[in-house]
Amino acid sequence: MTGPKVVIKQAAYILAHVPDLVRYGSKPEREIAAGRTELAELEKHLRSFDDAVAYPPNQVFIGNISPDDYADLQEPWHENLLRDKARYGPFGEIMPQDELYGIMKIWDQFDLIDLSPSFTSALNEQLAAHPLITAKDRERLGEGTPQEKIEKKVEKEKSLPLFHRGKLVGCINRAHDNDATLTAHVMLENLLTKVTGILVTRHLVRNASIEPEKIDYLLSCSEEAVGDRYNRGGGNMAKAIGEEAHCVNASGCDVKSFCAGTVLAIIHGAALISAGLFNEVIVVGGGSFSKIGMKFQGHMKHNMPILEDVLGGIAILLSTDDGASPVVNLASTGKHDISAGATAQAIYDALVIDPLQKLEMKITDVDKFAVELHNPEVTLPMGSGNVPLTNYKTIAAMAAMRGEIGREELSEFIRLRGMPGFSPTQGHIASAVPYLGHSLKLIADGKINNTLFAAKGSLFLGRMTHLADGVSFLLEKNSGKD
Amino acid sequence: MDQEYQATVKKLVEEHGADNLMMIIGAPDVEGAELVAETVTEGDPSYAGPLAGVSLGLPVYHVLEPAIRAEISEDLYKEHLEMMAMVIDPQELETALSKYRKKS
Repeated sequence: MTGPKVVIKQAAYILAHVPDLVRYGSKPEREIAAGRTELAELEKHLRSFDDAVAYPPNQVFIGNISPDDYADLQEPWHENLLRDKARYGPFGEIMPQDELYGIMKIWDQFDLIDLSPSFTSALNEQLAAHPLITAKDRERLGEGTPQEKIEKKVEKEKSLPLFHRGKLVGCINRAHDNDATLTAHVMLENLLTKVTGILVTRHLVRNASIEPEKIDYLLSCSEEAVGDRYNRGGGNMAKAIGEEAHCVNASGCDVKSFCAGTVLAIIHGAALISAGLFNEVIVVGGGSFSKIGMKFQGHMKHNMPILEDVLGGIAILLSTDDGASPVVNLASTGKHDISAGATAQAIYDALVIDPLQKLEMKITDVDKFAVELHNPEVTLPMGSGNVPLTNYKTIAAMAAMRGEIGREELSEFIRLRGMPGFSPTQGHIASAVPYLGHSLKLIADGKINNTLFAAKGSLFLGRMTHLADGVSFLLEKNSGKD
Repeated sequence: MDQEYQATVKKLVEEHGADNLMMIIGAPDVEGAELVAETVTEGDPSYAGPLAGVSLGLPVYHVLEPAIRAEISEDLYKEHLEMMAMVIDPQELETALSKYRKKS
């Protein structure tokens, strides 16, 4: 019933370390404002950039460590740092905060960002070493804004101060005097989504050795709400990202469904290619700023560093069949129907059992399952459980209930077909897709034949429905050109 | 436990009285279930939500505990719960949550 094959050629991943922005994350900001957390106390738990780079889960995210090797590393990971690892990896990079402020300035088209002259001049030099930031990009840094002007904007014009290592280096401005959808805080959220999206798309295009002009379409699955007061959430983040990633011949739109958005966008993009509309489609997700520091209280309580100090970014290149890259099996994708029910059992029936049955496959025919891959070291101290492990237990239990494995084989099933979580808790970024880059490599190397990507979304958070969402697809080894 | 859920539970207790209510938890792990149980019996342990310092003392059970399972038809149990009973040990849940029932 499906058209021509669609492949995934490349996946790119970036993290951006934002310790001085933790105070503006939704949860920390509310707790500080209510006087329940002292900013000075919170700051004692912030990590250095070197520690964020050496943090094992971050290294798995950018591809310097495989999930299999990661499973053997000593825990707790935040106490067992990997000092020999670099900020760049095969999938992308971990960008330090000052450079992130720089790209916010470079890719800001509306005078939203002001940076001080001394900070700008140091940044200009630093960014000259970045492989993806051009001299033309750096021209847009300008000369900087006098420090007094920045201070005045913060004091009188509701601009949000930007700090680096505790020092005021700039500000982000509101885009309108009295539009609640264009405040400095909202602009910060949206601009961070945009620049992390651009950065990761540039990595993707470079890693895939494709000219950005060849891209036909972009789908953004980022979790933000771009728009003014007459169309809050109207979008379109995809084109905003594509523009600065030089995809001049592409158009785009946004595909959203909370955390399920990325996998959903992959299926949409694959369908557009299979239907013959486009040849090259990029799915991109920028970082979700409001989630920064969401579980900081748990980390502080356990005397840990605040681990939610990185924004994520992910980009995926979908293409017509090249006879080699892994294939998105469009003969059977999983979807969670409105009538399906919300229990874990019902959701996994829809995402795992139903699609595999259509392909006449068993659960044990799948080499790896990619589920929500939240780093458990982030979630456990706040009592939110080990999300990936619970999901793997559920899939293993389904295999046992169907008689595919014995009840005593549950742990082995999880060890073999699962993995420990390594993704920052960034919603659509964490949902199954962090494994895609690793899966592409393992399939290409002949180590595994396939991976089932299953993502869930909490639609009820928006208070429009009590429903959840879920979506899945099988990525398979390419059997060669049809 | 989410602050808005805490507010909902608090409001329900104000409307109906703690004696007329019971909390049935559906968390997918024992630690999560214990956290909810603690919040609706002794109060919010993080002291951040509406139940901070509020001891509601509600009777708490997890939906997979034997006492609740006995109230659920076999068909419904098979359709919605049987698989999760392999993921979390019902006996372990009972041991963990009975502590909070004794206190309330």
